[in-house]
Amino acid sequence: MIEEHDLDLLLNDLFELYGYDFTNYARASLKRRVQRLCSLDKFPSFAELRYRLRSDETYLKHFVEELTVNVTEMFRDPGFYRVLRQEVIDNLRAKPFIRIWHAGCSTGEEVYSMAILLKEANLLHKSLLYATDLNPTVLEKARKGFFSLSEMKLNSENYIASGGVQDFSSYYTAHYGQVKFDESLSEKMIFSTHNLVSDSSFNEFDLILCRNVLIYFDKSLQERVLRLFYDSLAQLGFLALGTRETLRFSGVEPKFKQFSQEKIWRKVT
Amino acid sequence: MEKSNVSHSCKAVIIGGSAGSIEVLLKILPALPEPLTYTLIIVLHRKHTAESALADLLTSKSRLVIHEVEDKEPLLPGNIYLAPADYHLLIEHSLVFSLDASEKVNYSRPSLDVSFESAADVFGPSLVGILLSGANADGTLGLKAIKRAGGLIIAQKPETARVAYMPQQAIQEAGVDYVLDIFELARLLNLLNNQGD
Repeated sequence: MIEEHDLDLLLNDLFELYGYDFTNYARASLKRRVQRLCSLDKFPSFAELRYRLRSDETYLKHFVEELTVNVTEMFRDPGFYRVLRQEVIDNLRAKPFIRIWHAGCSTGEEVYSMAILLKEANLLHKSLLYATDLNPTVLEKARKGFFSLSEMKLNSENYIASGGVQDFSSYYTAHYGQVKFDESLSEKMIFSTHNLVSDSSFNEFDLILCRNVLIYFDKSLQERVLRLFYDSLAQLGFLALGTRETLRFSGVEPKFKQFSQEKIWRKVT
Repeated sequence: MEKSNVSHSCKAVIIGGSAGSIEVLLKILPALPEPLTYTLIIVLHRKHTAESALADLLTSKSRLVIHEVEDKEPLLPGNIYLAPADYHLLIEHSLVFSLDASEKVNYSRPSLDVSFESAADVFGPSLVGILLSGANADGTLGLKAIKRAGGLIIAQKPETARVAYMPQQAIQEAGVDYVLDIFELARLLNLLNNQGD
């Protein structure tokens, strides 16, 4: 069992030695993640975990990767993608150029889902999809566009439930248990590290997706990130959050108008 | 089980269940006292597609509104909260909920163990944990954590559960304080109210 005090020491080490600032992550979830790693990596005590982290930079890399959550799937919450497909994308159609930011894109499933939606709406040629994460390893995976074949059944079911009518397998080729998505989809993607804790706005976007990322932050960090999104959105730009995430408890709420039953808002002031 | 036996001041009650637990809740929620002096948190294994219909169903059987939790929602005494589908439900010391979409635990998201452990961490001896019907061992470790933190732990009487496995596990492994049938559970939730008087 990790005590609050131990967690403080560990977060302080991560920041002082390596510059990773997890101090404003949601504490309950962070504590669980640290405990989980402590038992997965079979540390007999917290002190030994701390020693390893302070002395072994390779382990640190693994630790940070595992501390952040990278559970994702394509077309996750099909009802959300149905609204993107049927309502949001139509609002972007008239624009000469469409810029989209996937903040906290993890291994890229959401970015590829979006590229498929845009391609089917015949808009991909004039779109750019910026995909960022603090974790370089997951970004590298996303950039390559390889996914496990075993996930394609679920992804394909989600795709159909989101209103997709093509043969989902036409978007990839399978090799030995892995699939590679068509390069025409990834041509318009730009992958880059970006840390929502410390980095600032880098462009103006028509749509920002940040789904199930803010849940890992405390209220003060959520507030910072929501301001960052506000500053990074064009007038009437869209912000999409996870199914149980909300602007209700944030100071930016009056600057947005909820767009649909799904968690999508538009910047209005 | 008289009032003196549940003498510690109860700030929160957390109820977990799986298969066969909704029918129990539909019986005990209408019997809840009003106003509630504690926070009631319900965590159920549920289908991802069920969306918020479950909150509506439970609300229809209770005079109190059941809030399906959104991230960073504050926990207020007197309110009933339901863990949303496909997220783990955690509680911060600042008394707000945090959601977590990480790996399933005991093949479940939400996992009862995860929520029970988090609630134990925050409420310590002021917490009562109740485990209902279900076909999975989820919840037993969580009840143990509640007990370690000084809270009271209770299992539904297996003979009254549609699926006895989950409460049975807790009885064998966690050393529950009480094993109660549905009527007694409803009575307990009333006894826990208004400890101040």
